[in-house]
Amino acid sequence: MSTKGIKRADFAAIAHWITPDARVLDLGCGDGALLQYLKKQRAAIGYGVEIDDEGILECVKNGVNVIQGDLEGGLSGFADGSFDFVILSLTLQAVRSSEHVVREMLRIGREGIVTFPNFGYWRNRLQVMRGRMPMSSNLPYHWYDTPNIHLCTIRDFEEFCASNGVRILERVVMRHGRTISFLPNLLGSLAVFRFQRD
Amino acid sequence: MDATNHTSTAGPVSPRTAHFDQPLQLANGTLLPAYDLVYETYGSLNAEKTNAVLVCHALNASHHVAGFYADDPQNVGWWDNMIGPGKPLDTRRFFVVGVNNLGGCFGSTGPQSINPATGEIWGASFPVVTVEDWVSSQARLADHLGIRSFAAVMGGSLGAMQALSWTIQYPGRIAHAVVIACAPNLSAQNIAFNEVARQAIISDPDFYDGDYNRHDTRPTRGLRVARMIGHITYLSDDEMASKFGRQLRRDKLNYNFGVEFEIESYLRHQANKFSDYFDANTYLRITRALDYFDPAAPCGGNLSLALEPASAGFLVVSFTTDWRFSPERSHEIVKALLDNRRNVTYAEIDAPHGHDAFLLEDPRYHRLVAAYFDRIAQEIGV
Repeated sequence: MSTKGIKRADFAAIAHWITPDARVLDLGCGDGALLQYLKKQRAAIGYGVEIDDEGILECVKNGVNVIQGDLEGGLSGFADGSFDFVILSLTLQAVRSSEHVVREMLRIGREGIVTFPNFGYWRNRLQVMRGRMPMSSNLPYHWYDTPNIHLCTIRDFEEFCASNGVRILERVVMRHGRTISFLPNLLGSLAVFRFQRD
Repeated sequence: MDATNHTSTAGPVSPRTAHFDQPLQLANGTLLPAYDLVYETYGSLNAEKTNAVLVCHALNASHHVAGFYADDPQNVGWWDNMIGPGKPLDTRRFFVVGVNNLGGCFGSTGPQSINPATGEIWGASFPVVTVEDWVSSQARLADHLGIRSFAAVMGGSLGAMQALSWTIQYPGRIAHAVVIACAPNLSAQNIAFNEVARQAIISDPDFYDGDYNRHDTRPTRGLRVARMIGHITYLSDDEMASKFGRQLRRDKLNYNFGVEFEIESYLRHQANKFSDYFDANTYLRITRALDYFDPAAPCGGNLSLALEPASAGFLVVSFTTDWRFSPERSHEIVKALLDNRRNVTYAEIDAPHGHDAFLLEDPRYHRLVAAYFDRIAQEIGV
């Protein structure tokens, strides 16, 4: 998990969008907590993909189906359109080829759901203005040890979708578990998007 | 003699024999009128008979899965590090069954048994049996033990193929399949290695077309070479390099064909040991069972279609350095299970030991299997 320590405020937002009994694939599922949550809240039939050995072990302990593999090369085993939702929760910023992963999400799933820490959040901007790379509970790493190689703002992601044939269906921006509708790119720390192929 | 073995926690065990009079229809078209299966059990079957786990063996192993024999404490079961009290497959909770497959050479009916129809050793006339035949006979053993359904069927390599076949042949009698270092069928390269091993045996002058018993001999030279070839495919290049490298037996070259390198010494030692106890006709049959195994074949090569009847939950495990049954072969199984929306967990263990890793004690691997069996134990409430 590339955002250790974050409060999983995105769980409820994601669950809200998942239709009952939906087939859900969670990319970078960590210990399977989200899938466990969706199983309980939405009776979702879930599978996770995770690279880390400890994550796999925790998934087994949590009773979650998990496939050990790499998001960037290991999704070919999932058939086209085989899932209702493909989720990338707090992982987009840590993948090497964001375009490829989003394309794969929309090949495998009817809809994609992405959550990421908003780099445009004012506290992050403030830290940069003070001349330092931001560190927070959402971004708990130093610049030199962070797995977050592709941080973006809400506006960046929306432009990315527009130029990659991705149609945004819904967007929720949050801070401390509460929805932010005023100046979201400035006042929101966490972005949650639901999208499909254009 | 001190009749204990301190590395084994399963304690002293004894094999038993079950006799079956109901004929068994074999894949090759013949009917085996009667047969014996030798088996061992560990732990106890609960009152509801829901905690039984069948452990299937691979090429050269047997029903002696765990524990040791009181009169031979050095003879420890081949998967003793996995099975026993407090082990990943914990016999304090599960009733574990190990069985020697039909055609084997450790007591179950096979080429070294007497054919009741002739009063002579079966030898070459023993039928060529398949993975499916083994599974059918294992189901009979389950009946004999009063087990309607296994909590899990588990195996590595060829043993895993049996677990996989269980999910197709008897979907209602297996709740979980633990499929380790498996492949959904053999590649041309796998078959090629098997064929070289078989030719080594068949071309041994002591083979006598499989009727070596009549000539009071055994094709041990062929068996030795067969074992050497097999053994090479069980180890990774890296593992061989780190274990033996180019290390010489003595500190100088002798310019002859004796044992110069440590790897040669190792292979010869393993081969000699093996040829002492293993039967050549059994070796031929087991390699053939491997070659023939291809559950997708009746479905036009479509493994997803073949696994449609399977309803078990699956734990599929592969090892990164296994080049005999590489992780990609496990991916094929996982993909077919995903296509059928089955419950599946897949782990790829980064281990240096090659195919043999499934028999070794890698902590990540063992923790994973332990966690999976914990889950099964919770499901059945043991």
